[in-house]
Amino acid sequence: MKRFLLALALLAPLAAPAILVPGVAHATTNPADMLPDAALEQRARALGREIRCMVCQNQSIEDSEVALARDLRLVVRERITAGYTDAQVRDFLHARYGDFVLLRPPFTWSTAALWATPVVALLIGFSLILLSRRRSAQPAPPAPLTEEEKRRLAALDAETRDGTRA
Amino acid sequence: MTPTTRRLLLLAPFAAAAAGGVGFYAALDRQRRGVYNPRGVPSALIGQHAPDFTLPALEESGVEGFGAADLRTFTRPLLVNFWASWCVPCIIEHPQLMKLSREGVPVLGIAYKDKPSDSLQFIRRHGNPFRRLARDEPGRVAIDWGLYGVPETYLLDRQGIIRWRYAGPITDEVLAQDLRPLLQRYAA
Repeated sequence: MKRFLLALALLAPLAAPAILVPGVAHATTNPADMLPDAALEQRARALGREIRCMVCQNQSIEDSEVALARDLRLVVRERITAGYTDAQVRDFLHARYGDFVLLRPPFTWSTAALWATPVVALLIGFSLILLSRRRSAQPAPPAPLTEEEKRRLAALDAETRDGTRA
Repeated sequence: MTPTTRRLLLLAPFAAAAAGGVGFYAALDRQRRGVYNPRGVPSALIGQHAPDFTLPALEESGVEGFGAADLRTFTRPLLVNFWASWCVPCIIEHPQLMKLSREGVPVLGIAYKDKPSDSLQFIRRHGNPFRRLARDEPGRVAIDWGLYGVPETYLLDRQGIIRWRYAGPITDEVLAQDLRPLLQRYAA
Protein backbone atom coordinates (compact mmCIF):
# COMPACT_ATOMS: atom_id res chain seq x y z
CA MET A 1 0.00 0.00 0.00
CA LYS A 2 2.88 2.31 0.84
CA ARG A 3 4.33 1.82 -2.64
CA PHE A 4 0.90 2.45 -4.12
CA LEU A 5 0.70 5.84 -2.37
CA LEU A 6 4.24 6.65 -3.42
CA ALA A 7 3.29 6.00 -7.04
CA LEU A 8 0.30 8.33 -6.68
CA ALA A 9 2.52 11.02 -5.18
CA LEU A 10 4.94 10.68 -8.12
CA LEU A 11 2.12 10.88 -10.66
CA ALA A 12 0.50 13.96 -9.14
CA PRO A 13 2.95 16.57 -10.54
CA LEU A 14 2.30 15.20 -14.04
CA ALA A 15 -1.34 16.22 -13.78
CA ALA A 16 -0.76 19.49 -11.96
CA PRO A 17 0.74 21.69 -14.73
CA ALA A 18 -2.31 21.16 -16.91
CA ILE A 19 -4.47 22.65 -14.17
CA LEU A 20 -2.26 25.37 -12.73
CA VAL A 21 -0.21 26.84 -15.58
CA PRO A 22 -2.36 28.14 -18.45
CA GLY A 23 0.49 27.92 -20.95
CA VAL A 24 3.46 30.15 -21.60
CA ALA A 25 2.59 33.50 -23.12
CA HIS A 26 3.61 33.53 -26.77
CA ALA A 27 0.58 35.27 -28.24
CA THR A 28 0.60 36.09 -31.92
CA THR A 29 -1.32 39.28 -31.22
CA ASN A 30 -0.14 42.15 -33.36
CA PRO A 31 1.06 44.94 -31.03
CA ALA A 32 -1.38 47.28 -32.80
CA ASP A 33 -4.28 45.00 -31.80
CA MET A 34 -3.28 44.92 -28.13
CA LEU A 35 -5.29 46.85 -25.59
CA PRO A 36 -3.48 49.89 -24.13
CA ASP A 37 -4.63 48.89 -20.64
CA ALA A 38 -2.24 46.11 -19.54
CA ALA A 39 -4.73 44.59 -17.09
CA LEU A 40 -7.46 44.34 -19.73
CA GLU A 41 -4.98 42.93 -22.26
CA GLN A 42 -3.98 40.33 -19.67
CA ARG A 43 -7.63 39.36 -19.20
CA ALA A 44 -8.16 39.17 -22.97
CA ARG A 45 -5.15 36.87 -23.34
CA ALA A 46 -6.17 34.57 -20.52
CA LEU A 47 -9.65 34.34 -22.01
CA GLY A 48 -8.37 33.89 -25.56
CA ARG A 49 -6.24 30.96 -24.51
CA GLU A 50 -9.44 29.11 -23.57
CA ILE A 51 -11.08 29.75 -26.96
CA ARG A 52 -10.44 27.27 -29.73
CA CYS A 53 -9.40 28.45 -33.16
CA MET A 54 -12.16 26.83 -35.24
CA VAL A 55 -9.90 26.65 -38.31
CA CYS A 56 -6.79 24.97 -36.89
CA GLN A 57 -8.83 23.25 -34.17
CA ASN A 58 -5.92 22.35 -31.88
CA GLN A 59 -4.74 25.87 -31.11
CA SER A 60 -6.29 28.64 -29.11
CA ILE A 61 -7.16 31.91 -30.84
CA GLU A 62 -4.22 33.50 -29.01
CA ASP A 63 -1.81 31.03 -30.64
CA SER A 64 -3.19 31.03 -34.18
CA GLU A 65 -2.18 33.16 -37.18
CA VAL A 66 -5.44 32.46 -39.04
CA ALA A 67 -7.58 35.47 -40.04
CA LEU A 68 -10.64 34.18 -38.18
CA ALA A 69 -8.57 33.79 -34.99
CA ARG A 70 -7.49 37.41 -35.29
CA ASP A 71 -11.11 38.50 -35.77
CA LEU A 72 -12.09 36.57 -32.65
CA ARG A 73 -9.17 38.09 -30.69
CA LEU A 74 -10.48 41.50 -31.67
CA VAL A 75 -14.04 40.55 -30.70
CA VAL A 76 -12.79 39.43 -27.28
CA ARG A 77 -10.87 42.70 -26.82
CA GLU A 78 -13.77 44.88 -27.96
CA ARG A 79 -16.17 43.22 -25.58
CA ILE A 80 -13.76 43.33 -22.64
CA THR A 81 -13.20 47.04 -23.31
CA ALA A 82 -16.98 47.53 -23.48
CA GLY A 83 -17.18 46.23 -19.90
CA TYR A 84 -18.47 42.71 -20.40
CA THR A 85 -17.32 40.09 -17.89
CA ASP A 86 -15.20 37.10 -18.96
CA ALA A 87 -18.23 34.84 -18.59
CA GLN A 88 -20.32 37.11 -20.84
CA VAL A 89 -17.64 37.14 -23.55
CA ARG A 90 -17.33 33.36 -23.32
CA ASP A 91 -21.13 33.00 -23.58
CA PHE A 92 -21.14 35.29 -26.63
CA LEU A 93 -18.75 32.96 -28.47
CA HIS A 94 -20.40 29.81 -27.11
CA ALA A 95 -23.79 30.94 -28.46
CA ARG A 96 -22.32 31.21 -31.96
CA TYR A 97 -19.81 28.37 -32.14
CA GLY A 98 -21.14 25.85 -29.61
CA ASP A 99 -19.25 23.68 -27.11
CA PHE A 100 -16.45 23.10 -29.59
CA VAL A 101 -15.14 26.67 -29.30
CA LEU A 102 -14.36 26.20 -25.60
CA LEU A 103 -11.06 24.41 -25.08
CA ARG A 104 -12.46 23.45 -21.66
CA PRO A 105 -15.97 22.32 -22.62
CA PRO A 106 -18.76 22.37 -20.00
CA PHE A 107 -19.75 19.11 -18.32
CA THR A 108 -22.99 18.01 -20.00
CA TRP A 109 -24.43 14.64 -21.04
CA SER A 110 -22.85 14.95 -24.48
CA THR A 111 -19.40 15.72 -23.02
CA ALA A 112 -19.60 13.25 -20.12
CA ALA A 113 -17.63 10.57 -22.00
CA LEU A 114 -14.93 13.13 -22.79
CA TRP A 115 -14.50 14.17 -19.16
CA ALA A 116 -14.89 10.68 -17.69
CA THR A 117 -12.39 8.92 -19.96
CA PRO A 118 -9.23 9.70 -17.91
CA VAL A 119 -10.93 8.65 -14.67
CA VAL A 120 -12.22 5.44 -16.24
CA ALA A 121 -8.78 4.70 -17.73
CA LEU A 122 -7.14 5.24 -14.32
CA LEU A 123 -9.68 2.98 -12.61
CA ILE A 124 -9.09 0.22 -15.18
CA GLY A 125 -5.33 0.57 -14.74
CA PHE A 126 -5.48 0.43 -10.95
CA SER A 127 -7.82 -2.55 -10.94
CA LEU A 128 -5.47 -4.39 -13.32
CA ILE A 129 -2.55 -3.67 -10.96
CA LEU A 130 -4.53 -4.84 -7.93
CA LEU A 131 -5.65 -7.97 -9.76
CA SER A 132 -2.17 -8.98 -10.83
CA ARG A 133 -0.83 -8.31 -7.31
CA ARG A 134 -3.46 -10.44 -5.66
CA ARG A 135 -2.60 -13.26 -8.01
CA SER A 136 1.17 -13.08 -7.34
CA ALA A 137 0.79 -12.43 -3.58
CA GLN A 138 -0.52 -15.94 -2.88
CA PRO A 139 1.94 -18.46 -4.33
CA ALA A 140 0.97 -22.12 -3.85
CA PRO A 141 2.36 -23.41 -0.47
CA PRO A 142 5.37 -25.68 -1.02
CA ALA A 143 4.81 -29.40 -0.65
CA PRO A 144 5.88 -30.82 2.75
CA LEU A 145 9.33 -32.45 2.87
CA THR A 146 9.54 -36.18 2.23
CA GLU A 147 11.28 -38.54 4.70
CA GLU A 148 14.28 -38.75 2.35
CA GLU A 149 14.61 -34.93 2.20
CA LYS A 150 14.31 -34.63 5.99
CA ARG A 151 17.13 -37.09 6.45
CA ARG A 152 19.39 -35.19 4.01
CA LEU A 153 18.59 -31.91 5.71
CA ALA A 154 19.47 -33.34 9.12
CA ALA A 155 22.78 -34.67 7.70
CA LEU A 156 23.67 -31.27 6.22
CA ASP A 157 22.72 -29.57 9.45
CA ALA A 158 25.05 -31.86 11.42
CA GLU A 159 27.87 -31.27 8.95
CA THR A 160 27.67 -27.47 9.29
CA ARG A 161 27.58 -27.68 13.07
CA ASP A 162 30.77 -29.76 13.00
CA GLY A 163 32.50 -26.79 11.53
CA THR A 164 33.80 -28.68 8.48
CA ARG A 165 32.02 -26.16 6.35
CA ALA A 166 31.49 -22.61 7.38
CA MET B 1 -3.18 -21.84 -20.99
CA THR B 2 -5.09 -24.14 -23.29
CA PRO B 3 -4.19 -24.24 -27.01
CA THR B 4 -7.55 -22.65 -27.85
CA THR B 5 -6.95 -19.65 -25.56
CA ARG B 6 -3.46 -19.26 -26.97
CA ARG B 7 -4.79 -19.31 -30.53
CA LEU B 8 -7.48 -16.78 -29.65
CA LEU B 9 -4.92 -14.50 -28.00
CA LEU B 10 -2.75 -14.74 -31.11
CA LEU B 11 -5.71 -13.80 -33.33
CA ALA B 12 -6.85 -10.88 -31.15
CA PRO B 13 -4.35 -8.27 -32.50
CA PHE B 14 -5.16 -9.26 -36.08
CA ALA B 15 -8.88 -8.94 -35.40
CA ALA B 16 -8.34 -5.51 -33.83
CA ALA B 17 -6.25 -4.39 -36.84
CA ALA B 18 -8.88 -5.68 -39.26
CA ALA B 19 -11.67 -3.85 -37.41
CA GLY B 20 -9.59 -0.65 -37.50
CA GLY B 21 -9.04 -1.13 -41.23
CA VAL B 22 -12.73 -1.52 -41.91
CA GLY B 23 -13.43 1.62 -39.87
CA PHE B 24 -10.79 3.67 -41.69
CA TYR B 25 -12.03 2.44 -45.06
CA ALA B 26 -15.60 3.46 -44.25
CA ALA B 27 -14.51 6.91 -43.03
CA LEU B 28 -12.29 7.55 -46.07
CA ASP B 29 -14.95 6.34 -48.47
CA ARG B 30 -17.58 8.61 -46.94
CA GLN B 31 -15.08 11.45 -47.05
CA ARG B 32 -14.36 10.79 -50.73
CA ARG B 33 -18.07 10.86 -51.56
CA GLY B 34 -18.36 14.14 -49.67
CA VAL B 35 -20.94 12.93 -47.14
CA TYR B 36 -18.59 13.01 -44.16
CA ASN B 37 -16.40 15.89 -43.08
CA PRO B 38 -13.98 14.92 -40.28
CA ARG B 39 -13.42 18.58 -39.43
CA GLY B 40 -17.13 19.33 -39.51
CA VAL B 41 -18.56 20.89 -36.39
CA PRO B 42 -22.29 21.00 -35.65
CA SER B 43 -23.71 24.51 -35.82
CA ALA B 44 -24.84 26.08 -32.54
CA LEU B 45 -27.60 27.92 -34.44
CA ILE B 46 -29.72 24.96 -35.57
CA GLY B 47 -33.35 25.53 -34.60
CA GLN B 48 -32.80 29.27 -34.06
CA HIS B 49 -33.70 32.34 -36.06
CA ALA B 50 -30.92 33.75 -38.20
CA PRO B 51 -28.90 36.39 -36.37
CA ASP B 52 -29.86 40.00 -36.92
CA PHE B 53 -27.85 41.78 -39.63
CA THR B 54 -27.97 44.04 -42.68
CA LEU B 55 -25.29 43.91 -45.33
CA PRO B 56 -24.55 46.09 -48.34
CA ALA B 57 -25.14 44.80 -51.85
CA LEU B 58 -22.37 43.92 -54.24
CA GLU B 59 -22.67 46.82 -56.63
CA GLU B 60 -22.98 46.10 -60.35
CA SER B 61 -23.97 42.49 -59.60
CA GLY B 62 -27.52 43.34 -60.68
CA VAL B 63 -29.11 41.96 -57.48
CA GLU B 64 -29.91 43.55 -54.13
CA GLY B 65 -28.18 43.03 -50.82
CA PHE B 66 -30.16 41.73 -47.85
CA GLY B 67 -30.61 41.59 -44.11
CA ALA B 68 -32.18 39.29 -41.54
CA ALA B 69 -35.68 40.74 -42.18
CA ASP B 70 -35.53 39.75 -45.86
CA LEU B 71 -35.05 36.10 -44.95
CA ARG B 72 -38.72 35.84 -43.93
CA THR B 73 -40.09 37.17 -47.22
CA PHE B 74 -39.68 33.96 -49.21
CA THR B 75 -42.47 31.43 -49.67
CA ARG B 76 -40.14 28.42 -49.72
CA PRO B 77 -37.02 27.26 -47.86
CA LEU B 78 -33.90 29.12 -48.87
CA LEU B 79 -30.14 28.80 -48.77
CA VAL B 80 -27.66 31.32 -47.41
CA ASN B 81 -24.27 30.62 -48.95
CA PHE B 82 -21.05 32.20 -47.68
CA TRP B 83 -18.40 32.19 -50.40
CA ALA B 84 -15.36 34.06 -51.70
CA SER B 85 -13.56 34.44 -55.01
CA TRP B 86 -10.32 33.26 -53.35
CA CYS B 87 -11.97 30.05 -52.18
CA VAL B 88 -11.17 27.03 -54.37
CA PRO B 89 -13.92 24.67 -53.06
CA CYS B 90 -16.39 27.44 -53.94
CA ILE B 91 -15.63 26.75 -57.60
CA ILE B 92 -16.39 23.05 -57.01
CA GLU B 93 -19.82 23.77 -55.53
CA HIS B 94 -20.76 26.53 -57.97
CA PRO B 95 -22.44 24.28 -60.60
CA GLN B 96 -24.68 22.80 -57.88
CA LEU B 97 -25.72 26.30 -56.75
CA MET B 98 -26.47 27.21 -60.39
CA LYS B 99 -28.60 24.07 -60.71
CA LEU B 100 -30.58 24.87 -57.55
CA SER B 101 -31.06 28.44 -58.65
CA ARG B 102 -32.42 27.34 -62.05
CA GLU B 103 -34.89 25.09 -60.20
CA GLY B 104 -36.20 28.12 -58.35
CA VAL B 105 -34.59 27.56 -54.95
CA PRO B 106 -33.76 30.99 -53.49
CA VAL B 107 -29.98 31.03 -53.03
CA LEU B 108 -28.74 34.09 -51.14
CA GLY B 109 -25.04 34.80 -51.29
CA ILE B 110 -22.73 36.54 -48.87
CA ALA B 111 -19.23 37.30 -50.18
CA TYR B 112 -16.91 36.78 -47.22
CA LYS B 113 -13.70 38.82 -46.82
CA ASP B 114 -13.57 39.40 -50.54
CA LYS B 115 -12.76 42.49 -52.60
CA PRO B 116 -15.94 43.59 -54.44
CA SER B 117 -14.11 43.64 -57.77
CA ASP B 118 -12.91 40.05 -57.24
CA SER B 119 -16.42 38.86 -56.28
CA LEU B 120 -17.81 40.50 -59.41
CA GLN B 121 -15.21 38.88 -61.60
CA PHE B 122 -16.05 35.47 -60.09
CA ILE B 123 -19.79 35.66 -60.84
CA ARG B 124 -19.13 37.09 -64.30
CA ARG B 125 -16.89 34.17 -65.12
CA HIS B 126 -18.90 31.35 -63.47
CA GLY B 127 -22.43 32.77 -63.53
CA ASN B 128 -24.57 34.26 -60.77
CA PRO B 129 -26.74 31.76 -58.88
CA PHE B 130 -27.66 34.32 -56.21
CA ARG B 131 -31.11 35.87 -55.94
CA ARG B 132 -29.63 38.36 -53.46
CA LEU B 133 -25.96 39.08 -53.01
CA ALA B 134 -24.49 40.88 -50.03
CA ARG B 135 -20.90 41.37 -48.94
CA ASP B 136 -19.29 40.95 -45.55
CA GLU B 137 -15.80 42.29 -46.09
CA PRO B 138 -14.92 42.65 -42.37
CA GLY B 139 -16.32 39.17 -41.70
CA ARG B 140 -18.20 40.26 -38.57
CA VAL B 141 -21.69 39.13 -39.63
CA ALA B 142 -20.13 35.76 -40.44
CA ILE B 143 -19.02 35.43 -36.80
CA ASP B 144 -22.63 35.95 -35.70
CA TRP B 145 -23.56 32.99 -37.91
CA GLY B 146 -20.81 30.87 -36.35
CA LEU B 147 -18.99 30.64 -39.68
CA TYR B 148 -15.49 29.16 -39.58
CA GLY B 149 -14.61 28.83 -43.25
CA VAL B 150 -15.90 29.15 -46.79
CA PRO B 151 -17.92 27.79 -48.41
CA GLU B 152 -20.57 27.31 -45.76
CA THR B 153 -24.25 26.89 -46.53
CA TYR B 154 -27.27 27.33 -44.27
CA LEU B 155 -30.78 26.05 -44.97
CA LEU B 156 -33.55 28.21 -43.55
CA ASP B 157 -37.21 27.20 -43.44
CA ARG B 158 -40.06 29.56 -44.36
CA GLN B 159 -40.12 31.01 -40.86
CA GLY B 160 -36.47 31.98 -41.17
CA ILE B 161 -35.27 29.29 -38.73
CA ILE B 162 -31.89 27.70 -39.44
CA ARG B 163 -32.43 23.98 -40.06
CA TRP B 164 -29.14 22.75 -41.47
CA ARG B 165 -25.58 23.95 -41.95
CA TYR B 166 -22.97 22.43 -44.22
CA ALA B 167 -19.31 23.44 -43.91
CA GLY B 168 -17.61 22.64 -47.19
CA PRO B 169 -18.58 22.49 -50.85
CA ILE B 170 -22.06 21.28 -51.79
CA THR B 171 -21.08 18.39 -54.03
CA ASP B 172 -23.56 16.40 -56.13
CA GLU B 173 -23.61 13.76 -53.35
CA VAL B 174 -24.35 16.30 -50.61
CA LEU B 175 -27.06 17.76 -52.84
CA ALA B 176 -28.69 14.39 -53.48
CA GLN B 177 -28.29 12.80 -50.06
CA ASP B 178 -28.73 15.72 -47.69
CA LEU B 179 -29.96 18.91 -49.27
CA ARG B 180 -32.74 17.72 -51.59
CA PRO B 181 -34.56 15.66 -48.91
CA LEU B 182 -34.32 18.64 -46.54
CA LEU B 183 -35.62 21.11 -49.13
CA GLN B 184 -38.57 18.79 -49.64
CA ARG B 185 -39.20 18.34 -45.92
CA TYR B 186 -39.28 22.05 -45.20
CA ALA B 187 -41.23 22.96 -48.37
CA ALA B 188 -44.54 22.22 -46.62
